[in-house]
Amino acid sequence: MTMTSIAQLTIGATDLAAALLFLYGLKRMSSPVTAPSGIFVAGIGMLVAVLASFFYVFDVSAAAKPHLIVNVGLGVLALAVGGGFAWWGGKKVAMTAMPQMVALYNGMGGGAAGAIAAVELFGTKAPGIAQLVVTLLGALIGAISLSGSLIAWAKLEGVIKKPLRMRGQQYFNIVVLLGTLAVAGYLIYVTTGPSSQLLPTPQLIYLFFGCALVYGILMTLPIGGADMPVVISIYNAATGLAVGLEGFVLANPALMIAGMVVGAAGTLLTLLMARAMNRSVSNVLFTNFGGAPKHKPSHIKGELKPTAAADAGIFMRYAKSVIIVPGYGLAAAQGQQKLYEFVKLLRAAGVSVKFAVHPVAGRMPGQMDVLLAEAGVPYDLIFQLDDINDEFKTTDVALVIGANDVVNPAARSDKSSPIFGMPILNADQAKQVYVVKRGQGKGYADIVNPLFYADNCNMVYGDAAAVLTMMIEAVRGLGAKAAA
Amino acid sequence: MDFSIQITGFVALYIFMLAAFAGWVIIGHVPAILHTPLMSGSNFVHGIVVVGGMYVLLNASTVQQQAIGFFAVLLGAGNAAGGYAVTGRMLAMFQTSGHKTEHAKRGHAKHRRPKAV
Repeated sequence: MTMTSIAQLTIGATDLAAALLFLYGLKRMSSPVTAPSGIFVAGIGMLVAVLASFFYVFDVSAAAKPHLIVNVGLGVLALAVGGGFAWWGGKKVAMTAMPQMVALYNGMGGGAAGAIAAVELFGTKAPGIAQLVVTLLGALIGAISLSGSLIAWAKLEGVIKKPLRMRGQQYFNIVVLLGTLAVAGYLIYVTTGPSSQLLPTPQLIYLFFGCALVYGILMTLPIGGADMPVVISIYNAATGLAVGLEGFVLANPALMIAGMVVGAAGTLLTLLMARAMNRSVSNVLFTNFGGAPKHKPSHIKGELKPTAAADAGIFMRYAKSVIIVPGYGLAAAQGQQKLYEFVKLLRAAGVSVKFAVHPVAGRMPGQMDVLLAEAGVPYDLIFQLDDINDEFKTTDVALVIGANDVVNPAARSDKSSPIFGMPILNADQAKQVYVVKRGQGKGYADIVNPLFYADNCNMVYGDAAAVLTMMIEAVRGLGAKAAA
Repeated sequence: MDFSIQITGFVALYIFMLAAFAGWVIIGHVPAILHTPLMSGSNFVHGIVVVGGMYVLLNASTVQQQAIGFFAVLLGAGNAAGGYAVTGRMLAMFQTSGHKTEHAKRGHAKHRRPKAV
């Protein structure tokens, strides 16, 4: 056997194994019990596939042979620098910043797919028309995913504070997209057909990528920060699709399978997330939700009734059952650890404590579960909306910490409310509700919450971590007195 | 012997169809608690694009191709490594009462048999 066939055999076999490990790993990741091992399994697949990719050196084109040593050096450097920085960043970043990190890494994947397409387009091989169409399609999706993900990252990171909108933006976006497609079409025409072209091909390729990148930016800018999770999920699916298409161009089935699996899985995840927010995907993309004109709270009766943190803490100590509704405010204040400390005190005193997590609590579906788990909260104390919503009626205290829209009863009753129809946690049905909030401002979606004005609701103003510290001290103080 | 892979028209469509179906079914009934980790996990999986980047970089014959190929591997490696780091951290946290973080942190779940799901 020649070195070339050994290389082909090795790469073929490892890529096959990698595809299998990805599928098996993803399957394991879809259940909380097996999830941690799932990523490990997929990781092994990735590692062997990357190592095996060095066998390509025995199977390069004749034109590339003289450059092989430089190319291998560049490859090792790129793997070390790109992988090293991303690994370091992924390990170092705070748990609350996870969504934007996912966006960033996703954008890099899209950029890689676009770059592969660019090399193919600039290449010397004359591609067939199907090859060319697939390359361009993958490049388009990859480039949009790159620039769009970067905007999503900037929004979540707070670099871009407000949705940027202008009159007729949708039409402008459509024009840009059509323009990009037109450039792609012209590119196909000049590459495959005999013709005298206006622009030389390299310039056309630059123009194509430029348009695609601009479209990704324009498409993402008007979308509000609260919807970014859904947008990231869309771009995640898009990157998968782009990778799959470039896999076809490179005749690499592992890329095709991994990319298309992610494309489909990401699409389904997007739909699930959108459903959890009671929004359709097109609604998220095109209706510019968030930062909309303020909703008039004219019909809300009652007033805000502030109370001291210590009083609320002691009240819960003597309650039979408490359901805690955590929100982004808790995460922003880094109060998860304090919260669990407080919960342990309550549980030691015989109070039944449960966590009710709304599907879109935090900035990304499931993020609150992750944050609570990080603080050591066992996940059998954490309940999802459908499982716990009927229990609020029979619960003594609902403690809402840094959450707002997910407990807004207007979603149930007020047809004029922008979040009408969104499934919410029925915290208002508990006998007593405490809402821990930084100030009197509105939630992320900027909607007034009638719950705060209800008779059975008291407000505890302050930073979540500080409030919880006061609650802990108050309950501890009781314990000391009881012992004395 | 020739082990090179050729994929033409319909074979590609069959692969795409089956892979898409597999992805759809695998994610099918996933609980909301896993939405973010799974998004991150699938984000890691498309990091396999780094292998495609390696292919084009090693086959590069002009400075331009080398530069873009380098860029592709750089970004792809970032996608894969960062995706793994972030997903691993998220998933290491899933544990039940009575089990301490010691095992969970290492990513080996087989020693843990949680009671409640």
